Amino acid sequence: MAQDLTITSPDRFAVDRYAGLRIDAWRWLGALALMALASLLPFALSNYHVFELTMVMIYAIAVLGLNILTGYNGQISLGHGGFFAVGAYTAAILMHRYGVPYWATLPPAAFVCFVLGILFGLPALRFEGHYLALVTIAMALATPQFLKYFDTWTGGQQGINLVKPSPPAWLGIDRDRWLYFVALVCLLLAIRVAANMLHGRTGRAFVAIRDHPIAAAAMGINLARYKTIAFGTSTMFTGVAGALSAIIIGFVAPESFTLVLSISFLVGSAVGGIATISGAIVGGAFIEFVPNLANDISDAAPWAIYGVAMLLLMYAMPLGVVGTIGPWLGRLRRYLQPAADAASRR
Amino acid sequence: MHELLEQISSGLAVGAVYASLALALVMIYRSTDLINFAQGEMAMFSTYIAWTLVNAGVPFWAAFVITLATSFAGGLVIERVIIRPVETAPVLAAVVVTIGLNLIFNSVAGWIFTYTLQEFPSPFPDRPLLGALITTRDLGVIGVTLLMLVLLFAFFRFTSAGLAMRAAAQNPQSARLCGIPVGRMLMFGWGLAAAIGAVAGIMVAPVLFLDPNMMGGVLIYAFTGALLGGITSPVGAVVGGLIVGVTENLVGTYLIPSQLKLTVALGLIIVVLLLRPNGLFGTAVIQRV
Amino acid sequence: MKKTIVTALSAVGLGCAGAVALAAGQYGPGASDTEIKIGNTMPYSGPASAYGTIGKAETAYFAMINEQGGINGRKINFISRDDGYSPPKTVEQVRQLVEQDQVLFLFNTLGTPPNTAIQAYLNDNKVPQLFVATGADKWNDPKRFPWTMGWQPSYRIEARIYGRYILKNLPEAKIAVLYQNDDFGKDYLIGLREALGDKADKMIVATQSYETTDPTVDSQIVTLRGSGADILLTAAIPKFAAQAIRKVYDIGWKPTHFLTNVSISVKAVMQPAGPEKGVGIITATYGKDPTDPQWQNAPEYADWLAWMKKYNTSGNVADANNVYGYSVSQTLITVLKACQDNLTRENIMKEAANIHGLKLPMALPGIVVSTGPNDFAPIKQEQLAKWDGNTWQLFGEVISGSGGS
Repeated sequence: MAQDLTITSPDRFAVDRYAGLRIDAWRWLGALALMALASLLPFALSNYHVFELTMVMIYAIAVLGLNILTGYNGQISLGHGGFFAVGAYTAAILMHRYGVPYWATLPPAAFVCFVLGILFGLPALRFEGHYLALVTIAMALATPQFLKYFDTWTGGQQGINLVKPSPPAWLGIDRDRWLYFVALVCLLLAIRVAANMLHGRTGRAFVAIRDHPIAAAAMGINLARYKTIAFGTSTMFTGVAGALSAIIIGFVAPESFTLVLSISFLVGSAVGGIATISGAIVGGAFIEFVPNLANDISDAAPWAIYGVAMLLLMYAMPLGVVGTIGPWLGRLRRYLQPAADAASRR
Repeated sequence: MHELLEQISSGLAVGAVYASLALALVMIYRSTDLINFAQGEMAMFSTYIAWTLVNAGVPFWAAFVITLATSFAGGLVIERVIIRPVETAPVLAAVVVTIGLNLIFNSVAGWIFTYTLQEFPSPFPDRPLLGALITTRDLGVIGVTLLMLVLLFAFFRFTSAGLAMRAAAQNPQSARLCGIPVGRMLMFGWGLAAAIGAVAGIMVAPVLFLDPNMMGGVLIYAFTGALLGGITSPVGAVVGGLIVGVTENLVGTYLIPSQLKLTVALGLIIVVLLLRPNGLFGTAVIQRV
Repeated sequence: MKKTIVTALSAVGLGCAGAVALAAGQYGPGASDTEIKIGNTMPYSGPASAYGTIGKAETAYFAMINEQGGINGRKINFISRDDGYSPPKTVEQVRQLVEQDQVLFLFNTLGTPPNTAIQAYLNDNKVPQLFVATGADKWNDPKRFPWTMGWQPSYRIEARIYGRYILKNLPEAKIAVLYQNDDFGKDYLIGLREALGDKADKMIVATQSYETTDPTVDSQIVTLRGSGADILLTAAIPKFAAQAIRKVYDIGWKPTHFLTNVSISVKAVMQPAGPEKGVGIITATYGKDPTDPQWQNAPEYADWLAWMKKYNTSGNVADANNVYGYSVSQTLITVLKACQDNLTRENIMKEAANIHGLKLPMALPGIVVSTGPNDFAPIKQEQLAKWDGNTWQLFGEVISGSGGS
């Protein structure tokens, strides 16, 4: 049967519709539903679970930073735990020594980590692959040493004890739920900023550099500039996550920021989907919940269970959860609206 | 002056520890193009196997050979069963798998063998030489490492199996077309690396004492040494490992307070890598467009 | 007739109910007629996982108590979680224990940074943080933190004992210190300085630190020898202590060597290092080392060994952590028994602060546990011992550590 080859000018006002609503209207509805769920959830759960979810969101922001650098820009980093620590200590020192209110510590933490990331990214331009991994491992290992050494600022071994913030009285909610919403707002902001950047010119430049640096350079993309920007924005995200973690936990010490943390971020990234944004949330959930589950399963060798979980996930979904499921959802969507696709194809 | 020599000599001794593990890392990299984050834990586990045999009354050298054979077999199995499924997956997936393997080995070793420090017998007597500058045992470690290096170098350079392995790692498709059983080469590579790791562990355990966390710190230094020397070069791995050991000692003694020793040592190595991004003996990978 | 019988039976029933109500105790969350829920965090994973043995020993000890009938008829439900020695994880696990599992109190949580992270939360919520497993000094602060209590003699107390011994017996000596670069190691340095007072700067001529990720400490020992010191204080965990002892001997250095009591196990440190290499090393300790020949025939050791073989089968009989877990659990059982039927959090703290002269079987003779409303340091005494190549020979009297010099 011959295809319909009538030459009609495409209806410029024909918009994809499904069940009477525009596709982007459906997207808005979906987003609103998620928002409503996220906002109501803390009131349905106990304080402890709210605290856990807050930690999931914080780790999600940190993993998102790593996704930008390693997933979208192809520069591997095993040192993001160090930047997380820098953000945490920036917030802690500002609050503890200078009495800065907690919400005002986030911009300085972001700024400090951004600058540090740029400074780190510049020499990192010379390194690729395993060498870059080594350089970033050096960052992860050096950070606790610096933190212990400059103990007049950082409190050294003893760490810094922080006063937990109080929610505004007029809201009438308790501290755990207030901090949940603070983290939620930060996460949404982080996703928005990341999405804007990654779906635009900068993001395309990142991906081009990752996939084919020589072609990218030939097309006029300034490799040095974009790679450094990738580093800086990545560490900025992770630094903000670190600042939030200092506020939520109320305590920072060098032991909180070992190489294990950096490796956890990388694992979370890979499990969620390294070159995705929503994968960061899955990664954050993995980092937060799976070690506890492993502990429940086996008292004797909990990390063995954690390791096995990592292995099984990588076998089943080598591109990460969102990286594997995402394309399926895309196919599902196209299956559900063939007419819309046909219209957009003309 | 005497102290300087002592620092250098203990640096060489600990550097030989790094070098021996670095050789195993290079082996895996050359045969499968992967960095194996579980190398240290595999070596530690092999050492525990040897320890169990020795404690059961098996004579040292017999235990040594049995452990090598077991580790070789173990390496084959690990590559086939655990690494092969992610061979075609993105590199990050393989990295995560080796990290998972690291956790599993460490945790299981702690569970089976507990965390109490154990003694491990050394084949070399422990006598001081050169006026207490170095002991025969340290010399033994250095000697065995150099021997492994020579054997490995000869293997890759002069044997057809070594050539086949390099081909399989660099270009699996072309290698297959030439009739090289790529899958078997990969397994063989891992088996060899596991055996080298076992030797490293057995050499090192008398010095570092045996516990499940014995190789944790060593892996990072071995990785540094391997990269410094060039991840594709066994000679580089050994030289790199020795340099890392000596640098760390000298830096910690003469340059800065010991609390920042690790940081500064790593910093120096990174500076070297800035000047020679492929390591001292590594070959640059030329990418064809 | 029927009505009378029913009335009589009801009266008896009510009477019994009343009697039962009188017999039942007062309970805080996690306590009831049948159980006492206890919470704990330990590093079962990560670089500090060697200390997880203590948690397993405690689980085994409570299993024995339960099999023997429990405490005043109540079984112990010991919930121990892994925190990997990471303070954020400790906070999370402790919150789960308190808010989800509703434990009565926290017992023997391990590590200075983990305990610091949860101290404010537990005190704010009035949950006892009993017998914390760290040697830091700061847990003895009943005015500011009335719900937190330590157990073992602090590292600073021990270092002060060494300092005072040096001032008394070797006043002109020069001291070198090898310490782990964390709160454990640094506390020794601080305690030593406190005991030496204003002579500290003159006497301490060299300090070298190491990280737990370092493979050896040989380089540090060589550097310390180069300073010309004739006293060495080693504040290191077993692996590095064994290396240090061996290296000191191998390079021909013969200082008066003080060793932290964390690393004096005969089987796990002295023998791997080489028993003849450590002759003359001095330590100050409070417990019986299970591998020391002098205790092998003691009845207390036999009891401990029987417990190990029956209840703690996965534990290593050479590991002093199993003695630690045993002894601290015994201290807790004494407190819980003293509480009788009043198992509220307040009463637990009250009884914990009310221990007088408790002798623990695996403690050294002469050392007792005692606390008071202003004294939250249960064990304050230690005894000096010298290694003779075979055993730790106790000498001198039991010394009581105290604040300041």
